[in-house]
Amino acid sequence: MNHNNTALKPSRLWRVKRHWSLVLMLLVLPFAVAMAEPNKNSTTDHSTFKQLQGPFKSAEEVTKVCLTCHTEAAKQLMDTRHWTWEYKNPKDGKTIGKRTMLNGFCIGDKSNQGFCNACHIGYGWKDDTFDFKAQEKVDCLVCHNKGGYVKPLGNAGYPRMEREESPAGSGKFLEPVDLAKVAQTIGKTSTKTCGTCHYNGGGGDGVKHGDLDSSLNKAPKDLDVHMAAKDVGGQGFTCATCHKSEGHKIAGSRISMTASDPHGAMIRGAAMGTRNPATCQSCHGDKPHKQGLLRVNLLNAHTDKLACQSCHIPAFARGGVGTKMEWDWSKAGENTGYGQQVTRKDAHGHVVYDGRKGSFVYGENVTPEYLWFNGETSWLTQDDKIDPSKTVAINTYYGDPNDGKSRIWPIKRFKGKQPYDTEYNILLVPHTAVKDDTAFWYNFDWQKSLTTGAQATGKPYSGKYGFVNTEMLWPITHMVAPKEKAVSCVQCHSNANGKSDTANHGDNPEVRGRLANITKGVYMPGRAQDHLSVLEILGWLGVLGAIAFVIVHTIGRVMTRKTHQKSSD
Amino acid sequence: MSEYKLERGHQDHKGRIYLYKKYERFWHWSQAFLVIFMLLTGFEIHGTYTLFGFGKAVSLHTLSAWALLLLWFITIFWQFTTGEWRQYLPRVKASIVMVRYYAIGMFRGEPNPYHKTADAKHNPLQGLAYLGLLQIVSPVIWISGLFYLFYAYWSPSMKAVMSLQWVAWAHTAGAFMMLIFFIVHVYLTTTGHTPLAHIKTMITGWEDEEPEKH
Repeated sequence: MNHNNTALKPSRLWRVKRHWSLVLMLLVLPFAVAMAEPNKNSTTDHSTFKQLQGPFKSAEEVTKVCLTCHTEAAKQLMDTRHWTWEYKNPKDGKTIGKRTMLNGFCIGDKSNQGFCNACHIGYGWKDDTFDFKAQEKVDCLVCHNKGGYVKPLGNAGYPRMEREESPAGSGKFLEPVDLAKVAQTIGKTSTKTCGTCHYNGGGGDGVKHGDLDSSLNKAPKDLDVHMAAKDVGGQGFTCATCHKSEGHKIAGSRISMTASDPHGAMIRGAAMGTRNPATCQSCHGDKPHKQGLLRVNLLNAHTDKLACQSCHIPAFARGGVGTKMEWDWSKAGENTGYGQQVTRKDAHGHVVYDGRKGSFVYGENVTPEYLWFNGETSWLTQDDKIDPSKTVAINTYYGDPNDGKSRIWPIKRFKGKQPYDTEYNILLVPHTAVKDDTAFWYNFDWQKSLTTGAQATGKPYSGKYGFVNTEMLWPITHMVAPKEKAVSCVQCHSNANGKSDTANHGDNPEVRGRLANITKGVYMPGRAQDHLSVLEILGWLGVLGAIAFVIVHTIGRVMTRKTHQKSSD
Repeated sequence: MSEYKLERGHQDHKGRIYLYKKYERFWHWSQAFLVIFMLLTGFEIHGTYTLFGFGKAVSLHTLSAWALLLLWFITIFWQFTTGEWRQYLPRVKASIVMVRYYAIGMFRGEPNPYHKTADAKHNPLQGLAYLGLLQIVSPVIWISGLFYLFYAYWSPSMKAVMSLQWVAWAHTAGAFMMLIFFIVHVYLTTTGHTPLAHIKTMITGWEDEEPEKH
């Protein structure tokens, strides 16, 4: 190619013309361009590589090609949570992670791996025989694709390789993935690729987190001031802008969080030490507000008590996607008798009942709850006995106003009701999602489902089950609003209790008394609960006393004036 | 004769004494306005009622604090250059006479035992009250208030030995004292030979000679 006219004749365009007819090009090009925005700054155009021209018979073949250049990539990934689904909790040394963790949503992975593990960054993890050392099983494409790549649920992490009629007999077909095209347009991770899994935890868009859902893909500035594109007034961040990675290790963890980061902004060249680049402070510093003499940096005065998120994320699930606030498995079971579940929706279009799963409560624009949090968490496992007479905490957030590292954090409190063994008092993992003779979603039989689940988890099952109330906390840290939309002073500096608004799951942008339940570690002007009651009583008695003096003295003067007027007559 | 040339103590042909000079009156009324406004915004910040809204109340309270500090800075300078500070020296025994007057004498129709002069324009009890305000209430309010205002600049070692809670409580205590002072002070202005006589003096600067009792 003539280097003088590269700007006029991009190599990509030229090649497409050479390979396909003009008509086909005109049909495909707009789609291809929208699908794959080439990174102009990249020094590599993967579509020029012979090895990536395909066709590929299997997804693993693509990985093998990737590894011929990116020789260390698979090794790096195998050392991350994205691959192992295992995590050693620094709080208590317990090995947790997706393989064994319990939650109040779909409850557990074991026995459901063929379904759930569509979100594993590997190919073929459908049971415990999966080889975690096989490098070709690493799925590079799921994070690095620029579109056209889906790992369907129930396919053990493989993309769709065959044309598939769905639903069966409908005449509608799902097309197989074009591995060569996906591989040629490979690039950096995007908000969308991360969201493929991280939006959809718990079985659907926005279900689990509350602050992560597909609305962030095209975020307006009001939803997320960083992730909104530059042309709508945002910063055009992707997830990876904050969740900086190093050798495929990605900063940030909701199991071991950085609750406070009382330092200035990180600067290039400065030693990062153990600092987490995903915190707000890593860019903004811990004294980010500039205020003049009229406010004397009163906002910075909050940073030793509050997480940035507490003011700057006034509500979660703000993008029009609901998040599950409650899930009651005990209501599950309604079906047509032919293996089809009954479903019901509410006025917002949210599914509030699904015969396979039970009843739900969704929330949008939800006001968070707040608690002192130092970043440490612990997690219930099946090794832990529960007390079914109480609400079972699936996870616990630790924190104390005096420990030096806690801040008041916003959280989503999710309420569940889920099966447990009434003899052994442990939470049970139901077998639900993989279509067979015992899965609950297809048989609506708890006994079969729990028996299979117990076998898969290697736990004894007494055969007696009940449903127990559970709770789960989620940190709220995404969906940062523009500063004009931050929580206003009076929403905390108020005597109101704030609870009524939280109970109805939002829809009220002006909440009063958000921190009513924070009783320790802060003095908040404007809250009667922080007053010194002795002082209040003495003070107001003094004021009343002064007024009483004035009244009595005035009466005395008026009455005696008459008498000495008389005497002087 | 134009007023600005008047010296304190000047007596006109009607027997009136010129008691409060122009600056003094400016100082008094602007201070009165600021104190009332700070009580109003302060007790809103305290959570007693809602008037301006919390955030606005904080801004207005802070703005008034700066204004009052500036006023005080100038006034203290004025007090020393004019020697007026001597007006605030305590006269304890004479104060007891005043207490007796307010408690008993007044109701018997006795004349005010104290005759204001230019060199001693406050009655002894009044002077003592102002001294208390200056020596106790003001330091409590200003020291706690400034610590409160500058919380963003507290060092970790300061936070280890003091808490915002204690500062806020001290500030509240000062506010109660100021409110009580304000109520009693306003009431005592009505105890001149007519209920508005003292207020008139504070506006015009001229004190009428108390008419002779018949």
